[in-house]
Amino acid sequence: MKITINGNIRNFKYESMTADELVLELKLKGKRFAIEKNGQIMPKSLFKEFTINDGDNLEIVGAVGGG
Amino acid sequence: MNKDELIIAGRSFQSRLLVGTGKYRDFKETRSAIEQSGSQIVTVAIRRTNIGQNEKEQSLIDFLPTEEFTYLPNTAGCYSADDAIRTLHLARELLDGHNLVKLEVLGDPKTLYPNVVETLKAATVLIKDGFDVMVYTSDDPIIAKQLEDIGCCAIMPLASLIGSGMGILNPWNLEIIIDTLSVPVIVDAGVGTASDAAIAMELGCDGVLMNTAIATARDPIMMANAMKKAIEAGREAFLAGRMSKKLYSASPSSPVSGLIK
Repeated sequence: MKITINGNIRNFKYESMTADELVLELKLKGKRFAIEKNGQIMPKSLFKEFTINDGDNLEIVGAVGGG
Repeated sequence: MNKDELIIAGRSFQSRLLVGTGKYRDFKETRSAIEQSGSQIVTVAIRRTNIGQNEKEQSLIDFLPTEEFTYLPNTAGCYSADDAIRTLHLARELLDGHNLVKLEVLGDPKTLYPNVVETLKAATVLIKDGFDVMVYTSDDPIIAKQLEDIGCCAIMPLASLIGSGMGILNPWNLEIIIDTLSVPVIVDAGVGTASDAAIAMELGCDGVLMNTAIATARDPIMMANAMKKAIEAGREAFLAGRMSKKLYSASPSSPVSGLIK
């Protein structure tokens, strides 16, 4: 499947995956971040249940220096 | 004096200096300057995460743990109420439900002047959604009062434009805002050097938020220390109550009797 992450298209060998699996795949485990799928926030508590499918648009954000 | 705390939405703080975390050379300098400043509240921006580049890359949070500092995620770079609301919902998820935020909605990329109409819209929604909103705004006393009335927990008028270092351009408006409002008034943006911070506190502001003045000083760590002292000196001068101003005085400081003849 092809999904868009932070504006870049990425290919994955799976047909769909859970948010938990995506986090492992992107090596984000243990980091502080938040994910939005197609404009909706995916709560961390539901990462095991949320599925990501072909064509989904994800924004993954973190905290950076700012004023 | 030791119980003079800053209370924001039920949270209490000993330091009245709030600092940004941008524009430093590296995270180590960020950490040292903020430690030196004594600040307990730090602002952060919300941006896209680098994906898959470098797993070992350290992040701001590694240097400023959320257990040690109160994070104030901001909406810097947002030009509409919708963008600001979206950003802060992401921030709340990112920080595991932390709901104290800094709202700023800008109106113009050249001056970074706030768009108060969009700011009011965004604040209304965010407060309904359960956020404690500290809000960046212009030094317009009417807008400041409206932001308080809709439920913002701190009003943060600019001293002058973001990153300008021009200092306090309209102390009279700030005084009106301080006199009119009950929630904390925190000067945000425009402070250039220690005396600007001291003046803000002498006017009766409850705190000052700054970033560029510290981060872009030749020695940011020394400037952080200077700002800490300026905030404390300004606060104490305000609490002590200054003498009244007179063009000249017929009351010399030394006794008029006992002069040698």
